[in-house]
Amino acid sequence: MRSFGYTIKQAFIQFVRNFNLSIVSIFAITAMLMILSIFFIATVNINRAAETIKGDYDSIQIYLLDETTEDDAKMMIEDLKKTDGVEDAYYETREQALKKFKKRWGDNGYLLDNLQNNPLPNSIIIKIGDLEKADGIAKKAGAFGGVEDIKYYKNTVDKLLKMTRFIQTAAAVVMIFLIIVSIIVVANTIKLTVFNRADEISIMKYVGATNWFIRGPFLVEGIIIGLLSAAIALALSGGIYHKAVEVFGDQTRAMLSMDLVSEKVLVTNLAWMFMIIGISIGAIGSIISMRKFLKV
Amino acid sequence: MIEFNNVSKYYKSNVGLDNVTVHINEGDFVFLVGPSGAGKSTFIKLILKEIEPDKGTIKVRGEDITRLKKSGIPKLRRNVGIVFQDFRLLPKKTVYENVAFAMEIIHQPKRLIKKYVPQVLSMMGISESAGKYPDELSAGEQQRVAIARAIVNRPKILIADEPTGNLDPDTAWEIMQLLNTINMKGTTILMVTHAKDIVDKMEKRVIAIENGRIVRDEFGMYGYMQALQGTDVTFDTVEVQTRNLFRTRFKRGGGRR
Repeated sequence: MRSFGYTIKQAFIQFVRNFNLSIVSIFAITAMLMILSIFFIATVNINRAAETIKGDYDSIQIYLLDETTEDDAKMMIEDLKKTDGVEDAYYETREQALKKFKKRWGDNGYLLDNLQNNPLPNSIIIKIGDLEKADGIAKKAGAFGGVEDIKYYKNTVDKLLKMTRFIQTAAAVVMIFLIIVSIIVVANTIKLTVFNRADEISIMKYVGATNWFIRGPFLVEGIIIGLLSAAIALALSGGIYHKAVEVFGDQTRAMLSMDLVSEKVLVTNLAWMFMIIGISIGAIGSIISMRKFLKV
Repeated sequence: MIEFNNVSKYYKSNVGLDNVTVHINEGDFVFLVGPSGAGKSTFIKLILKEIEPDKGTIKVRGEDITRLKKSGIPKLRRNVGIVFQDFRLLPKKTVYENVAFAMEIIHQPKRLIKKYVPQVLSMMGISESAGKYPDELSAGEQQRVAIARAIVNRPKILIADEPTGNLDPDTAWEIMQLLNTINMKGTTILMVTHAKDIVDKMEKRVIAIENGRIVRDEFGMYGYMQALQGTDVTFDTVEVQTRNLFRTRFKRGGGRR
């Protein structure tokens, strides 16, 4: 425990002694984390959009003619449920359909209150387990009498999935790249502080200090830099996201009938992510930078 | 204490050590001499396990350190003190802190630090300078601090790498007296030096290295005494013989003049 106290004390002394350098690193890492957070925010929201849209589109909607009774519909449902690839099938009245719409529009749902009469038809909604089988199911449904129209969106869903997958991969690549750059930045900062203390380190080695004992303060210094950067980046991206929700929230709701990921959830996630990345960047950076000096 | 058995160390372009076998006993005071690049540094680095030999075994205090794992190096070095030509004191620490530092980094309790550091400083004759910084001290005083730091953890072996190289003759001699005192208290001392006058004056064992090989291993007065133990010849006769030797040399020198 005595050496733990020494480590922490030394780390802070070093941090203060190299204050300018530390600040430069913090700026650099904060910048990286900010870019990272933009990618993260985009990815999270695109994922959410994809999920919402997929939720709509992994179903086939069978709009029924007005004269088709609920009993007829129930017979169709029985039949459909036996079909391969169908997960579930249920009847939805036009009133239920309208309610669903209102709910999805959220705060703007009142706009639908002014409708003179409900324009939506009764329908059967089929949840598809396997999107590949959607074609066959749609064809079968079309053969029933009393059906006005069939809506399903296999191509759209496919395209959407491809796109989200691409964005996710791209974001992951960029994030990894940024993390590597950050590690290099920290490694170089710490290397300079290590340079300043090369004599001290070699003396420590000659007197018989263990490598971890020597590394400790530099490790903690790196972690302090990482954590401070994380805190600043979190405050900034939290603030920016708050603004973004204010400005774009209504638009996404109108266009995609979806809310942006809530600030609280996002900031919590970012906090964890930044903390872990900040600590690892600092720790790995300092370990890398020390390697050469510990060879004595 | 230190045993080199058929030790070789080769570098890319030259030889560090070439099949060296030498034993240094506990309590010895040994000079290691030779021209630059002869292998003296290699010798020391091998003892500290800073480098590994290509061939042979090295034993320090009975332990084969060529088989020692990396993690065992700190423990090895805690038993080997080291003093450099350029002192290598930490400029931002006081004399006291420089010495205490050696104890702190191997986790010695504060109680012991407070006890031993003043003891060692007083032994080195620098108690009054405890609160000063290295740049306020003379070179000789700085080397005293460095020696204090090297012995404060009570190593069994003290390696001195040209400890008098930066000192004037009088100061150098004072440092030699200190090393002698430390040796008398039981610490084995291995000193690398170029100072022929010091080597001659001290009359200790001298190992000379050239091109990685031991070319001379003379025991000096101390060696004679050890070699003579248990024989009829006494220290007195040796002393007389040595004195006579000096006298003849002196006469010869005088004759030429």
